[in-house]
Amino acid sequence: MRPSPSTAKALGLYACHTCGLVSRPAREGASSCGRCGSSLRFRKTNSIERASAYLVAAYILYIPANVLPIMETQSVLGREENTIVSGVAYLWHSGSWLLALVVFIASIVVPVLKLLAMTLLLITAHYQSGWRPLERTKLYRLVELVGRWSMLDVYVVAILAALVQFHPLATVTPRSGAVYFGAVVVLSMLSAMAFDPRLIWDPTQKVSRTHE
Amino acid sequence: MRLPERRPPTNLIACDECDLLQRPIALPAGGWALCRRCDGPLYRYAPGSLDRALAFSLGAVVLFLIGVTFPIMELELQGNVTSSSLYTAVQQLWNDGLYVFAVLIAATTMLLPALELTVMLSVLLALRMWRTSTWIPKLLRLLTLARPWSMVEIFFMGVLVALVKLAHMADIVIGVALWSLGGMMVLLVATSASFNLRHLWEQVSPQ
Repeated sequence: MRPSPSTAKALGLYACHTCGLVSRPAREGASSCGRCGSSLRFRKTNSIERASAYLVAAYILYIPANVLPIMETQSVLGREENTIVSGVAYLWHSGSWLLALVVFIASIVVPVLKLLAMTLLLITAHYQSGWRPLERTKLYRLVELVGRWSMLDVYVVAILAALVQFHPLATVTPRSGAVYFGAVVVLSMLSAMAFDPRLIWDPTQKVSRTHE
Repeated sequence: MRLPERRPPTNLIACDECDLLQRPIALPAGGWALCRRCDGPLYRYAPGSLDRALAFSLGAVVLFLIGVTFPIMELELQGNVTSSSLYTAVQQLWNDGLYVFAVLIAATTMLLPALELTVMLSVLLALRMWRTSTWIPKLLRLLTLARPWSMVEIFFMGVLVALVKLAHMADIVIGVALWSLGGMMVLLVATSASFNLRHLWEQVSPQ
């Protein structure tokens, strides 16, 4: 495995971000991939800036997503507003522990950990840290894999609202918290997509950078 | 066209996640090649996988159509009955004025899955019948964009959660769409296990 392995960028080669074809840059003008036609670049353009912008927006919307009710239940017993946290608590008290655990992980643990993980990845990448690149790459892979699952609660609200329409016995109406929560999920997915995991490894590359 | 300059210099591949250049090695059937630096998946050798992917996605289309249009479940409370399909659920959200919410649900559970399935089927059919076609790269790029936003499997889990929540308050009759969505979820997992996008790109020769 030695002497030190080289990245495509260090050799001045483009690895297409869409289809993976490795090619030399064209001599003049912007290059596009010979196989899929995507424009070629060494790293995603403005990766850290774009990913941070989405992340900050996600942090901001995370507050109304958790403070505002995601749905309103109206029944003969009265009117009740549910937030994400109270929904998990309800499942737990009603004895569905397994389900409470699934929803707790999908709608509380995953979103929080995802925001924190992206923060860590962006800060270390910004300061070109060479700290534990393998672990950071695995963290990124995990974020990409489980991030979508936070949409679970949004769907639950939609289904409940569609089905529970027994005027005047019981009705469920979605409230704005659910929309904010959906927006947090979408924004944090966009942030993860904008982040370029290759940046994690660049500082560890000690090859002379003759092609920049 | 500046063809000679665009050719790969060797048959090297670069890791998608850490950009390390590596030389491909021969794999046993069903084997994965992992990046030697970051353990990321590089490529896979799966003989006959395109045929399997085609079969699975054809099945998924049928189940998807049933899953969207037929009732997911029926709810009975003191003689009142409501039932809802994915389509009517979105329609109702829209009629209630919850436009953003309705669009979010419609896009991730109907429009993008439909796009994903259509594109996947056309690419697999085109590769099978004509081997090459100029619009395959365009379709594959579309597929790459659409895939992360198609969330039928998450919606299915959401239905299960809703089912448990409702079981306490009303009588539930599970509709045919619930089974269909569950089956579609299994087929989609099987489809993505039998091919990956990188593998499809390898079928497209550089122009």
